Amino acid sequence: MNLIALKILIGDRAKYIGLIFGIIFATFLMSQQMSLFVGIMSRTFSIVEQIDEVDIWVMDPKVQYIDGIEPIPDINLARVRGVDGVKRATKFFKGNVVAKVNSMLQMVTLIGPDDVSFIGAPQKMIMGNVADLKKPNAVIIDETGYKYIWPNEPFQINREFEANDQRMNLVGIADTVPAFSSPVLIYSLYSNAINYSGASRNKLSFVLVDVEDGKNAKEVAKNITKRTGLKALTAKEFKFETLKYYMTHTGIAINFGVTVMLGFLVGAAISGQTFYIFINENLRQFAVLKAVGVNNRQILLMVLLQALTVATIGYAIGIGLTSIFFIKVAASTATFKGFILPWQVVAIVFVAIISIMTIISFFSIRKVVATDPSLVFRN
Amino acid sequence: MNSLINIKNISKDFVSGDKLVQALKNIEISINSGELTMITGPSGCGKTTLLSIMSGILTPTTGEVIIEGQNITKLSDNKKIEFRRRNLGFIFQQFNLLTNLTAIENISIPLIADGVNQKIARLKAIEILEQIGMNEQIDKLPSEMSGGQQQRVSIARALIHEPKVIICDEPTSALDAKTGRNVMEVLKQNSLNENRAVIIVTHDYRIFEFANRIIEMDDGKIISDKSC
Repeated sequence: MNLIALKILIGDRAKYIGLIFGIIFATFLMSQQMSLFVGIMSRTFSIVEQIDEVDIWVMDPKVQYIDGIEPIPDINLARVRGVDGVKRATKFFKGNVVAKVNSMLQMVTLIGPDDVSFIGAPQKMIMGNVADLKKPNAVIIDETGYKYIWPNEPFQINREFEANDQRMNLVGIADTVPAFSSPVLIYSLYSNAINYSGASRNKLSFVLVDVEDGKNAKEVAKNITKRTGLKALTAKEFKFETLKYYMTHTGIAINFGVTVMLGFLVGAAISGQTFYIFINENLRQFAVLKAVGVNNRQILLMVLLQALTVATIGYAIGIGLTSIFFIKVAASTATFKGFILPWQVVAIVFVAIISIMTIISFFSIRKVVATDPSLVFRN
Repeated sequence: MNSLINIKNISKDFVSGDKLVQALKNIEISINSGELTMITGPSGCGKTTLLSIMSGILTPTTGEVIIEGQNITKLSDNKKIEFRRRNLGFIFQQFNLLTNLTAIENISIPLIADGVNQKIARLKAIEILEQIGMNEQIDKLPSEMSGGQQQRVSIARALIHEPKVIICDEPTSALDAKTGRNVMEVLKQNSLNENRAVIIVTHDYRIFEFANRIIEMDDGKIISDKSC
């Protein structure tokens, strides 16, 4: 009966296309918006994530997320180094400065990795060398920042700009995921970064800690807090705290949630209504099948197959379009750098589409099962 | 000839608004195999209701329908469907072919519904189409066929599973006289044999000559029953 079910479905071309369009729309909108949401939210902790050699982030107890920094006195570096289980502790600066580029002012995020160990420096370069950060006034800019500041210009180092009346010499372009707080990331060694950031009594944003081999990072973090009174979080905890802050203190989740819900509802409405009309218009054909001896179980399987076929084709095209969006459109635009279609989104949207078609099928099947086969005797 | 269908004391009541309408009143019929029976009468006399009850599509208020020893009124819904699938063939006024299926696919439905392999069903369908002279229409859609051709496909669909009873509802009403006659010739020639009964509900007096027996109904009752 499967072939008959599919022929009935495909034969009504306008509704078949309408049904698939509804599912494509729902799939594309949900998967694209969810992926953008994941991409945007992962930018909130991208700086933490990219410094993957660090086990613990130590900070002022008032700090709730990576962009809300309360600097601590430098002396804390030594105090942290004195805690049991700490293998290595290094300085790390993060702050916002106003840079002057081509006579224009631009707010940039300044990252200051440790002068000696380079922990916190970019790990992948597009142009130049990380070691060049040791040169006087040397800075590295991220790819997205470069394209933001010098749009449509080829990559070029040895360009100069200013921050707090001090010269910055561009020695490299890094391949990093942009941060949430600013479109431009500038890296300079810690000692330079505190000069660029202007005068302040306390300069140290974070102490980055590596724990000794065999030691538990959570335990060491607890020891640091106990011994220094500072807040110490494992990298994973700090990422989560940052994410949680943005989720609860901004409307991003609600906005994307509304769009995703809209995709679900509009897709369900288009597909639901079309499928219901399709089933309604084919009731006589189902009545004929029932009259000639096709039982309700077979009819149910036919309707489910029709729904599943539409769901699968619509979902496949929808996910394909989202993939094309991220491979072609997003990859060529600096704004979307690092944005991908995560497999979890693919799975969630699949479940959502199957749910839509299950709900739709449920109502349609009721109608078909209740159809009186004696309908075939009426003209 | 053996008695294939026994309709015993069938009544059917419908509620229409506040009124109770008696569509059938104590109908008693016995139909033999090898018989082509026509049931006729004015609109609303209960012909189609009787046909629906004989098919197991409607359940009577009282009475029973026994087809080849099986009391179908006592069967569960699923068993009725199964009985219908194996023992009854249908021909309708408006042909009721599935619009997106070709002639051969339409004809195969009863076998496929019964779990017969698609290839075997197809071979059997080709055989029947050849039998009724429709071998050139195998892959045509209903929309590509004339009314007479569609009704002949419908006859093939009713015959493919070799049912005991063929039930026809106004099989010639939608056709012109010549085509109707042609369809009736195909129907009588191919469907009637000593193991099968054909029951036709019709208004079309032009086809009465094909009947072995004509039952006339009025107001839910049989008013005459003549052998021809």
